[in-house]
Amino acid sequence: MSGLVLNNVTKQFGAFTAVDNVHLSVPHGTFVCLLGPSGCGKTTLLRMIAGLEDPTNGTILLDGADITDVPTHKRNLGMVFQSLALFPHLSVGENIAYSLRIRGASREEQKKRVDELLTLIHLSGYGDRPVSKLSGGQRQRVAIARALALSPKIFLLDEPLSALDAKLREAMQVELRQLQQKLGITTIVVTHDQREAMTMADTVVVMNGGHIRQAASPIEIYRKPADTFVADFIGSTNLIETQVDSSGAATIFGHRVQGIVLPAGAQKATISVRPEDVHLTAPGNGAIDGTVTFVRDLGGTIETFVEAGGQQIIAVSTPRERPEVTAGQAVGIALSPDVCVVLKQ
Amino acid sequence: MKREPPQSIADYGPLFFPAGMLLIFFVVPFGTMIAVSFFQRQEGGFYTPAFVFSNYERFLTAFFGGVLGFSLMLAVTVAICCVVLALPFTYLLSRLTRRLQVIWLVALLSVLSLSEVIIGFAWSTLLSRTAGLSNLLVKIGLLEQPVALFPSFGAVPTGMVYQALPYTILVLYPAIVRLDPTLMEAARTLGSSPIRAFFNVLVPALRNTIMATLIMVFIFALGSYLLPQILGRPQHWTLSVLITDQAIYQSNMPFAAAMAVFLVLVTLGLVALTLLIGRKGEKA
Repeated sequence: MSGLVLNNVTKQFGAFTAVDNVHLSVPHGTFVCLLGPSGCGKTTLLRMIAGLEDPTNGTILLDGADITDVPTHKRNLGMVFQSLALFPHLSVGENIAYSLRIRGASREEQKKRVDELLTLIHLSGYGDRPVSKLSGGQRQRVAIARALALSPKIFLLDEPLSALDAKLREAMQVELRQLQQKLGITTIVVTHDQREAMTMADTVVVMNGGHIRQAASPIEIYRKPADTFVADFIGSTNLIETQVDSSGAATIFGHRVQGIVLPAGAQKATISVRPEDVHLTAPGNGAIDGTVTFVRDLGGTIETFVEAGGQQIIAVSTPRERPEVTAGQAVGIALSPDVCVVLKQ
Repeated sequence: MKREPPQSIADYGPLFFPAGMLLIFFVVPFGTMIAVSFFQRQEGGFYTPAFVFSNYERFLTAFFGGVLGFSLMLAVTVAICCVVLALPFTYLLSRLTRRLQVIWLVALLSVLSLSEVIIGFAWSTLLSRTAGLSNLLVKIGLLEQPVALFPSFGAVPTGMVYQALPYTILVLYPAIVRLDPTLMEAARTLGSSPIRAFFNVLVPALRNTIMATLIMVFIFALGSYLLPQILGRPQHWTLSVLITDQAIYQSNMPFAAAMAVFLVLVTLGLVALTLLIGRKGEKA
């Protein structure tokens, strides 16, 4: 198949397993974000795709060809490093033209491609400047242009926006996504910022402890998290214990909830409910009983902390559907079954 | 970090001690030497205060010019050999684990603790006909019979490179360790083989360090006066050897001082020239 495929890829550093038996296939032209806390193995996975680390086990295929043993400089890929790694002794134009120079491209060819790329990254006319005279965002773009100079098959970025301030980072996320769509290049980005992943990716790969916990579209990751880790890591959520009563129905805090189906044979399970899916009603009427402990009114959203069954449940609502509650008030929590995601154990 | 320029004399306080030391142990002796270089020599090893140029005039002959040229050439050769050997070595060293790096650095420091005399005699044994390396070559069949590889021109820089190499590595080491390792990785992802990346990324990125190291080894090698005598023939003697000879064996202090002053001036001139060229290259 066309695209990048990782088969059973494992990487060990001494006794430590950084990446554990990972399977992943990235179809041609997709934008994938490897997302996870630090030390989850995402950077190691990216470096193995780049050929900067050799997998202890497993194979990496690109368009059907095994590239596991192909050295980095023959893999035809572009990579942007967290440090950017712009060559300090070269100007902006020379940095971008580096890969062309290595390939022995003529001066005219180099100049033409550099001008093209400078236009693409909105830095026309910056070719002769030293890299040290650029701002953070400009350097970022130069690093991207340098990686794209040879029109590589795969474009890899290791925490590319982490050095930028928040505002610029948001703008660059949109720009990077638009650039990727324009070029249609297979792109893999490592990030620990879930907003970044949600903004840019076709597929978000959530990793933890060297394993892939879930690989799916951003909205699916958010709406249908596979397990506790994913549910908790992506956005905020309420993790609630569910038990099966004697009649076989699912109960939450001893309250029967229609429509939640637990895996066959399971006596209990954890469900995830996003705060915006928690509706507060008057107590009774089949709702779960709770007591409001705190109301955080942020203007744009209102967070209501409710204590129920010895656990804190957070409900988020918009000012339009402002629940008229104050701390200490008894409320009912209504959970519709389609927002309750049963997580894998 | 921005620093305030010194406001009062007291702000210069921390400089007094080093400045004083420099004055007593460098400026005063060097001034004395300059003065002596103009003194009149008396037969029998004495000199009287005077202001004559005869010491410098005597120096301006083809013989001393030749020795000066040879000394400079030898020092340049040693400096280049040291940097060419030390650069890849130090780069590979910087990629080892911390433990192995420490072991190597300790080994290099132990070479530094050897005196020039011991290095000289060790190499004269290694290069000798009776017990030297040529016997090994005979054993593996590369040579018919053992030969003496010293005294010869090759033996002099060999010993000097051996002596200066640890200094070179220790000067290059911090700069190479501090260099961002992703620079080399970036070059590889851009299609450069590791060896090409070494030459077109690492070497240019370390340009200033390499220049400084070349100058340091050059000056270090210029002062060497024992190794040329132990490992070379008289025609391989450097100006430093002649200065020692004049000062100690001929008891001609004014002439030795004149040669030393001249050597310092030539060295400073060359260093200034190198820095000037280096700065121009940076602007371009």
